[in-house]
Amino acid sequence: MLTRTQWGFIALIVAGVLAPHLGVYPTFLMKCWCLALFACAFNLLLGYTGLLSFGHAAFIGAAGYIAGYSIKAWGLSPELGILAGTAFAGVLGYLFGSLAIRRAGIYFAMITLALAQMLYFVWLQMKFTGGEDGLQGVPRGKLFGVIDLADTLNLYYFVFAIFIVGFLLIYRTIHSPFGQVLKSIRENEPRAISLGYDVDKYKLLAFVLSAALAGLAGATKTVVFQLASLTDAHWHTSGEVVLMTLLGGLGTVFGPVVGAFVVVGLQNQLADKVGSWVQVIMGAIFVVCVLAFRRGIVGEWMTLFSRKR
Amino acid sequence: MPLQSEFILETCELTKAFKGFVAVSSVNLKVKRGSIHALIGPNGAGKTTTFNLLTKFLAPTSGTITFNGADITSEKPAEIARRGIVRSFQISATFPHLTVLENVRIGLQRELGTSFHFWKSEKSLEQLNGRAMELLESVDLASFAKTVTVELPYGRKRALEIATTLALDPELMLLDEPTQGMGHEDVGRVVDLIRKVSANRTILMVEHNLGVVADLSDTITVLARGAVLAEGPYSEVSKNPLVLEAYVGSEQQ
Repeated sequence: MLTRTQWGFIALIVAGVLAPHLGVYPTFLMKCWCLALFACAFNLLLGYTGLLSFGHAAFIGAAGYIAGYSIKAWGLSPELGILAGTAFAGVLGYLFGSLAIRRAGIYFAMITLALAQMLYFVWLQMKFTGGEDGLQGVPRGKLFGVIDLADTLNLYYFVFAIFIVGFLLIYRTIHSPFGQVLKSIRENEPRAISLGYDVDKYKLLAFVLSAALAGLAGATKTVVFQLASLTDAHWHTSGEVVLMTLLGGLGTVFGPVVGAFVVVGLQNQLADKVGSWVQVIMGAIFVVCVLAFRRGIVGEWMTLFSRKR
Repeated sequence: MPLQSEFILETCELTKAFKGFVAVSSVNLKVKRGSIHALIGPNGAGKTTTFNLLTKFLAPTSGTITFNGADITSEKPAEIARRGIVRSFQISATFPHLTVLENVRIGLQRELGTSFHFWKSEKSLEQLNGRAMELLESVDLASFAKTVTVELPYGRKRALEIATTLALDPELMLLDEPTQGMGHEDVGRVVDLIRKVSANRTILMVEHNLGVVADLSDTITVLARGAVLAEGPYSEVSKNPLVLEAYVGSEQQ
């Protein structure tokens, strides 16, 4: 008998494989998968460790620039470029994390925000990022030198595979001995300390993992759109990932994926109809979510399901 | 193993001042190995501050703390936990959204050395289930193993907390008001439990309920205004005129 999570995972794979053949625009889907991975990485930190970072834009943005630059200027293959971006985000996560985890709660959030803003202005000033114009014209290249990513379907399945790998890694982390300690820190930090755990080291590793996976999402997104821009590094992106995670369901495995699809989907649908009112509508959704269904879409659905049984 | 002295924990002139207010002043405490030692005193006497100094959740202004002959004054709370000093908290300290079994396993799993292994399945922790169930049985919680902790009644949560503490097999257990906020029957259950787990280890507790203190402790230290007022077995301390005055005095306020 399969568990609910396993059913959910099968449904996710089937939907991901079939979607581009059912008339859904592949580029839209690829953006969704990238942001879903970003939200899942964020959820690892907020939902399972209890750390609210308000600077995750730094990681998705930085990895985008590094991947874009290394592919465009150094001629790296797409997979190596993505790895370079991911590694850079991981190192950045180590630096930011080492500073931020010394404080808790709102101070932690503020330090991450401040560091991310600092980095935003670094990107704005540096030559190679193209400033306001962004780093444009990143070639998609050939995956492993064989598979041509200029073909949209090839690219789609490459992106989907990256999402699945990232998603599985996060799932395993949550359900590992390390994940158990993370949950204990989320639930009662002084108690975890009194049981002999150096909680700061655990928080730091969680932060680095989350940053690297957010970087993986950012680097992949750059290959998809052939562009790394300031938008991703902007604090707006840090706020959006909070919205996606809360809307979908904080601390649930599938919640951030659902949240990312809903947010990106709405933005796509509404952008040409209501213009900049999109932001207002997003804000309203956020308020309704916090007031009416705090567990998020997946969280509320799971509660409903377990009550019926 | 160094020659074991009679005292497992000693403090020398332990002092803590908060911005001019001296909460704990020159406390010299000696906890005898294998005993149950209680720390009592009227409200504001500095019991909880002393407790937090001993467990390193607060840093002392001056003075030293020695455990098994080693100076632990400047160690971190997690470090002293690994040395074998494990504390409990005033309000029950559990991991509410984990199951009862998982709670105890958190106490056990550090020894496996895989606590940073994020790539390993949590099934690798199942080898600890047998030991965890034994611990749960010892506090009468075996039938609740799969319950999510938040659903346990209060007295049971305290029992779970003790089981989790026992998972570390501590040499010295520090209990912060173990019967606080409990009904009469639960108090009896916890007293029995403390007596049971005190075999082969030392217990230092802060406790308000004098009945519990009289019943359990070998030695009592009475604190008042941050300083040691009296020390000795209950029969002696309870007749000490200074102690009576401190208690009666505080009740009149």
